[in-house]
Amino acid sequence: MIDNAIATTGTGVVAGLGYAPALWVKPAPILPHSTDAVVAEEAREAEIARWKAAVETVAARLAARAAAATGAAAEVLEATAALAADKGLQRTTVKLIAAGSTAEAGTVTAIAAFIAKFEKLGGLMAERATDLGDIRNRVISALLGLPEPGVPTPLTPIILLAEDLAPADTATLDPALIHGIATRLGGPTSHTAIIARQLGIPCVVAAADLADIPDGTLVLIDGAAGTVAVGADPAEAEAKVLTDAARRKAVQSWQGPGRTKDGTAVEILANVQDGAGARAAAQFPAQGVGLFRTELCFLSAQHEPSVAEQASIYGEVLAAFPGQKVVIRTLDAGSDKPVPFVAHPDEENPALGVRGIRLGNADQGLLERQLDAVALAAEQQGVTAAKVMAPMVATIDEARNFAAACRSRKLSPGLMVEVPSVALLADAFLAEVDFMSIGTNDLTQYTMAADRMAPSLAALTDPWQPAVLHLIRLAAMAGASAQKPVGVCGEAAADPLLACILVGLGLTSLSMAPNAVAAVGLQLESVTLEQCQRAAVAVLRCTTARAARATARELLS
Amino acid sequence: MTTQTVVVGSPVGLHARPAALIAKAAGAYDEEILLVLDGEEADAASSLMIMTLGADFGASVTVESENADAVAEIASLIAKDLDA
Repeated sequence: MIDNAIATTGTGVVAGLGYAPALWVKPAPILPHSTDAVVAEEAREAEIARWKAAVETVAARLAARAAAATGAAAEVLEATAALAADKGLQRTTVKLIAAGSTAEAGTVTAIAAFIAKFEKLGGLMAERATDLGDIRNRVISALLGLPEPGVPTPLTPIILLAEDLAPADTATLDPALIHGIATRLGGPTSHTAIIARQLGIPCVVAAADLADIPDGTLVLIDGAAGTVAVGADPAEAEAKVLTDAARRKAVQSWQGPGRTKDGTAVEILANVQDGAGARAAAQFPAQGVGLFRTELCFLSAQHEPSVAEQASIYGEVLAAFPGQKVVIRTLDAGSDKPVPFVAHPDEENPALGVRGIRLGNADQGLLERQLDAVALAAEQQGVTAAKVMAPMVATIDEARNFAAACRSRKLSPGLMVEVPSVALLADAFLAEVDFMSIGTNDLTQYTMAADRMAPSLAALTDPWQPAVLHLIRLAAMAGASAQKPVGVCGEAAADPLLACILVGLGLTSLSMAPNAVAAVGLQLESVTLEQCQRAAVAVLRCTTARAARATARELLS
Repeated sequence: MTTQTVVVGSPVGLHARPAALIAKAAGAYDEEILLVLDGEEADAASSLMIMTLGADFGASVTVESENADAVAEIASLIAKDLDA
């Protein structure tokens, strides 16, 4: 019998399990409220000695941590240690204490003066203000005999608990010792989440009841489920963690290319939004780009970027995947994602308004110039028949006009399947273009008539909804009979289990966030095409999303 | 008193790493070494004081000290790209 009580549930941001004692990031000390107290003249020398001893302690601790660290972390710590022992800081503080300040007040006043100067200088200098604040907190804690504030340096593995982590806290996180991170605040894009993802540490953020877990409690963190549990059976928890660690290691070493156990090829591609993102994606075992969102270069621009400017941005993405597939999606903007230089009408319901290809009704030139830029980039990069697809297509006429505009520039036209009308008439749409790609997020929102941004409708905006899966099947069947590629480029493709169902339905490519590529590739490699097809048939018979998910799990794992 | 005026050679200006390297070198001398920019003085042995000058790439900084060797060494450091 396991007493596996869930202590708190938050948002899981880095999948993986960790089991170790909890250790809290120690809060910053409370700074002295007033700096007015005057130390008697005869005690001032002793006060200066007390201050010097505290600074030496702080500098020595930082130097010891620097010696134990390597690379960038060691450099950061060495620099902080040098700053703590800085001669100018010492002179300023000693002068204040010699004039009667307490050591605490002198520290606060001296560092506040430097912080004010740096903030006034701005830019890079302002970043030093954070370092000085960190040093001030360490010195005050040492003066008051409090534990060192900030991230503790454990000797054995721990699960790190914090309100939220600051950049300075994360410079020295060691994945060998930090087996999990849970924070009470923060979100999926917080600094904590970004660092945990980089380091591959299981992480849960926004776990509201975290404060109830004291230091030393054995906790089991599940970064996929977003749970932090206490009271797990130790043997069972450790076995689970070992299995999970082996799985994560296998994911890390997966190299591609995508295929099922029996060798059926499935293209596993990355979604990107600019050149930097494409270069980062190329570090993952992705076989190309299945969705290049071109919005980014428009959303931040006050004026429409020229054809040459656009071509240079598109060229960067093409260059990141030389000789590989890159699908460029034309501008997908609307009144919810407004582009500054396009007049968007006031809309009651922007998700159903003038978006994507429909912008052409307002300004056909915008699309023409974007296609010119893609053609120019393709020519510069030596890419023939570059793939371009249009978002929010709903009618055959839109598809036909888009295809003609692409073909006149020797580009290969494709469509996004987002509006259910395209899935329902997939054969007719596919006759107009060379390929289709299913945007599962929008297809789900339009099929279920549920706003994908509304958290209370999450059960409806679930790609496992049977009606959505049936529409995906229609598109896949059209692809098979026309012998044209039909893939998926939405969140659904990043779910390893659903990815197998999509392959079973007959889709030929899966495009996802770059960091999901390896987990999906590994899962596909563990099943045969026949298994996927059988599971897909079984899932299509399910009448609820929950049953669909359970059926897939049973048949595929 | 020896003085020498040089142009800052580090593209980031006399910021974190360059300031720390200059302070370390200046700390090795017993004599006081001052950096002067636009009438503002800073102790060259303190990286914090150096940074408060806000000396950008290309700024002209004057080094002053009783020790001529110290002036020569610190001036040559300022002229270098210390962030490379």
